[in-house]
Amino acid sequence: MNSNYDVLIIGGGVVGCAIARELSKYDVKAALVEKEADVSMGASCRNSGVCHAGFKYAPGSLRAIVDVKGNAMMDDLCRDLKVKMKRIGKLTVALNPEDEPGLHKLKERGDANGVPGLKVLNREEMQKIQPGVNGVAALHSPSSAIVSPYNLTIGLAENALANGVNFHLGQEVVAIEKKPEGGFVVRCKSGDAFETKVLINSAGLYAAHITDMLGISGFKIYPARGEYYILDKRLNGTVKCLIYPAQSKSAEHSGGGGAHLTPTVDGNILIGPTAQYLDDPEDYACTADVMAQLRREGQAILPAMRGTDFIRNFAGSRAKQTPPEVGGNADFIIEDRKDVKGFINLMGIESPGLTSSPAIAEMVAGMVKNHVALNPDPAFNPVRPGRVDFFEELSAEEKADLVAEDPDYGEIICRCEKITKREVLDAIRNPLGARTLVSIKYRGRASMGRCQGGFCVPRIVRLLRDEFGWKPEDFLERGKTSPMFVGNVRPKGGAA
Amino acid sequence: MSEKKGIQTVQRDVVVIGGGPAGLAAAIAVKEAGVDDVLLVERDRVLGGILNQCIHDGFGLHRFKEALSGPEYAARYIQSFREKKIDVMENAIVLSLTGDRVVEVSTRGKLQYIQAKAVILAMGCRERTRGAISIPGSRPSGVYTAGAAQNLMNLENIMVGKRVAILGSGDIGLIMARRMTLEGAKVESVFELLPYSSGLPRNIQQCLNDYDIPLFLSTTVTDIVGKGRLEGVKVAQVGEDRAPIASTERFVPCDTLLLSVGLIPENELTREAGVEMDPITGGAVVDDTFMTSVPGIFSCGNVLHVHDLVDWVSMESEQAGQHAAAYVKAGAKPAAAGAAKVSIKPGDGIRYTLPQSVSGGQDFILSMRVTAPWRDRTVVVRNGEKSIRKKMVRLHPAEMIRVKVGKEVASGGNAMEVSVE
Repeated sequence: MNSNYDVLIIGGGVVGCAIARELSKYDVKAALVEKEADVSMGASCRNSGVCHAGFKYAPGSLRAIVDVKGNAMMDDLCRDLKVKMKRIGKLTVALNPEDEPGLHKLKERGDANGVPGLKVLNREEMQKIQPGVNGVAALHSPSSAIVSPYNLTIGLAENALANGVNFHLGQEVVAIEKKPEGGFVVRCKSGDAFETKVLINSAGLYAAHITDMLGISGFKIYPARGEYYILDKRLNGTVKCLIYPAQSKSAEHSGGGGAHLTPTVDGNILIGPTAQYLDDPEDYACTADVMAQLRREGQAILPAMRGTDFIRNFAGSRAKQTPPEVGGNADFIIEDRKDVKGFINLMGIESPGLTSSPAIAEMVAGMVKNHVALNPDPAFNPVRPGRVDFFEELSAEEKADLVAEDPDYGEIICRCEKITKREVLDAIRNPLGARTLVSIKYRGRASMGRCQGGFCVPRIVRLLRDEFGWKPEDFLERGKTSPMFVGNVRPKGGAA
Repeated sequence: MSEKKGIQTVQRDVVVIGGGPAGLAAAIAVKEAGVDDVLLVERDRVLGGILNQCIHDGFGLHRFKEALSGPEYAARYIQSFREKKIDVMENAIVLSLTGDRVVEVSTRGKLQYIQAKAVILAMGCRERTRGAISIPGSRPSGVYTAGAAQNLMNLENIMVGKRVAILGSGDIGLIMARRMTLEGAKVESVFELLPYSSGLPRNIQQCLNDYDIPLFLSTTVTDIVGKGRLEGVKVAQVGEDRAPIASTERFVPCDTLLLSVGLIPENELTREAGVEMDPITGGAVVDDTFMTSVPGIFSCGNVLHVHDLVDWVSMESEQAGQHAAAYVKAGAKPAAAGAAKVSIKPGDGIRYTLPQSVSGGQDFILSMRVTAPWRDRTVVVRNGEKSIRKKMVRLHPAEMIRVKVGKEVASGGNAMEVSVE
C-alpha cells in the first residue's frame, strides 16, 4: 500500500481521532495511522473518564485554555456523536480548616481560567450534593463531567471515517523520511508507506519516538502508570458527583490528583488512579501492593463497598514530560515546528487530554491551514448514527417497540449488562472494521459486567463465527499478539 | 400493575425462571401436583442448563442409581417435561422481577409482562472471576474461567490452549484438567489456596491422580505474565493467613490459566424483588417450603445454594415445585400461614444450613456444609431437649450433608442449632 495524503495523523487516541474528525469538516485528504488493531487502545481507554472543569491549571497555560474550551464543547459533541456524558459536577474537599484557603486559591485560578459556576461551599451545602461526605468545606465545580472515554474516541473516529478520513489500523510507524521537495514518507512495520504533506504527531506515549525519527531532539516521555479497580453496579448512585481531596503534597508530586472514587457513565465506580513511573509505556500490569492500597483507600471513602463488589482491575499510562525526580505536570506542547516544515507536534498530552481533545483539534486544524488549504466540506455531517443509551437503559415502551421492530433486540447476549444481540451485532459490524473481542467490548459493552464474559464470550464467539466464518485461530482478544484459541478440539466432522 | 402502552401483560399461575436441572424438576413437580398453568422461561436455545456442556459421567448415581453424562441426565427430565406438555419459552430472558411477582420477559420479537401467582427462581450460578479475587498481573489472552473453557471445548469444538495451569480445585477445574489432558494439552498443575481441595474427593482421584496431575494445596497465583498471550504465572505458597510467602514464589510457564475458584448463585433478580438474602450461601433465605421472605417467590437449586451433586438439585427442586403448587392451590396464601417459624442456626463446624427456618408442620431435609474437613464426627441437630445425631466417617466442605429431620424434632421451641461434635 502506498497512499498520498494532504494530512496524516499518527496515533488513534482521543486526540488523534478528534483531529481526524475536525479535519473531516474540510475538503482535505486526511488519514490516521494507528499501531493497534483499533482506535482507543492506549491511554484513551485507560483513564477515569473525567471531563475536567479546568480550575487546577495555571492561568494562561495551554492546559487551562484547551481544557476550559474543550469542556464547553463537550455537550454538543457528545450529543452529535451519540456518546454518553453526564455533568455531575465535582467537589474538591478540604478535610481540615487549614486546607480551606487552598479552595479559595483554586477558585481564583478557575475564575481566571474562565471556569463557569465555581463556588466554595460550607459543610452543610456540600453534604446536600453528596450526603455523608467528610470535610469542612468544598469547591464545587458544576461543569465537571463524566464521559465514556473510549466511546468518545470511537465516536470521533467513526464520524471522521463517515466524513472521508481514512483509518489505517494495525500500522506501526517505524521510520519517517523528509522529502526534499517538502512533505514526508511515513514507513510502517508492515512494509506499507504513506506520503503526506502535513504530518501530525499525536502518538501519546510514543510521541518522542516520532520526534526522534525526524531527528528532532529534546523530547522524552516518562510513562507513569495508574492502577484502578472497577466496582459492581450494585453501588451505582452511592457516589453522586466527583469527589477529590484538596490536593495533598504527594498527589501534587505524582501529578495524578491522588486515588479517589469516580462514577462512570455506565454506572460503575472506579477506585484510582495511583501513579508510578515505569520505563515501559505499555506495562499495564496491576500489582499486589497497589491493589491492596486501593482496596484500603476505597473502603475508607466508601464503607458500603464489599469484597464481592470487585469486578476487574486495569491500568493506564500517563504520557508525562516531567521525570520522576521533578514530578508534577508540564504544560502541553502543541506546535507547528519551524525547523521541520509541515510537522505538527503534540507532546505530553496527559490529563486533561480527554477534555481538551476537541479544542486541541481546532487548534491543530488552525496550524494545518499554514500548510494546506482547508475549505469547508459542504457534505460534512456532524451526526453519528445510532443511539446514546443501551437497550437496557430505555423505557419499557421503547424497549417493547424495539423488540417488536427488530427481533434481535429480544435476545440477550450479555446477561449481566443485558446487552442484546442487535447491539453486539452492531459492535461486530462496526464501520472501522475493528474485530477483536476488546473492540466489540468497547462498542457494545458486552462482557463488561460482573461475570466478565463467562456467559457471553462463548456466545459472541458463535456470532463472530456465523458472521465471518472464522476458524478458532482467527479470534483475537486485543490484537495479533493475543490469540484467544489454539485450534479445534477434534477435526471438524472427524470421528468423535 | 397498570397495563403499559404497547406491552402485553398475561396472567400465569406459576412461572419458573431457568430451564436447567432445578427449573425442569420444579416445573414437572408443579404440573404433577395438579397446577396446569405453569410456564418455564429459559434464556438458552435449549433446555438443560449447564448439564449440556458436562459431557463427563457421574450424574444420577443417587437420583437414578446409574452413572449418566450431563446431557443424558438432562434428557430424562426434558423428556418428562415434554411429555407433560409444560409451556416453555426458550431463547427468552427475564429482564426484571418485582416483589409482587411481575416478570418482564424478553424474547425474539416480543417483550411481555407476566403476572404470576407464584414464581420459582431456578437461575443457577455463575463462576467467580479473576477480577473478583483480585489476581495481580497483566492482561494477556488465555485466562478463562473453567466453565467458559468447558463450554467452548464441549459445545464449540474450540481448544483454548496447549499448556495449562489451573487455579482452584473446584469440580469444574478438576473435570477440565482431565478433559484437556485427554485432548492432548499438558496440564501442569492445579493450585489451591486452601489447605484442602474445594472439589469432590472422587474428582481428585479420577481427574488428577489418575493422570498424574499434581495438586498444590495452600498455593496461589501471585502474578499473571504476558502482554499478548499468557506466558506463564507466578505461584507461591500461602501462610495460615492465606497471604503469599514471597520466598516460595516460582514461575510456571503456560499459555492458559483456568480459574475454578468458586461459584456464585446468580441472584440479581432475587435482590431486585426484595428477597431477604443469606450472606453465607449467597442465595435467598427460605423456609421448609422453599419460599423466600417474599410471599409466592420460591427458590431452589444452585441459585439457592451451590450444590455438589445435580441429584440433590433435582430432589430439592421437586420439593420446591410441590410447595409452590400447594401455595397456588391454597389461593396463593402460604400453606402454614400464621404458623410460628422455628429458625435454624449453624453452630460449631457448620458453615450454613438450609432451610434457614421451618414451620414445624412437616418432615424436611436439612442441607448443610461444614467449615473444614474432619473424620469420625457426629452432626447434631438440636431443638431444645430434642435432637438428631448423624455419625459420619468423613466430613468435607466440598460435600453437602443432608439430614432428614422429622416434624417431631422440628416442631415447638423457637430455635434449632446444628453443630459438628
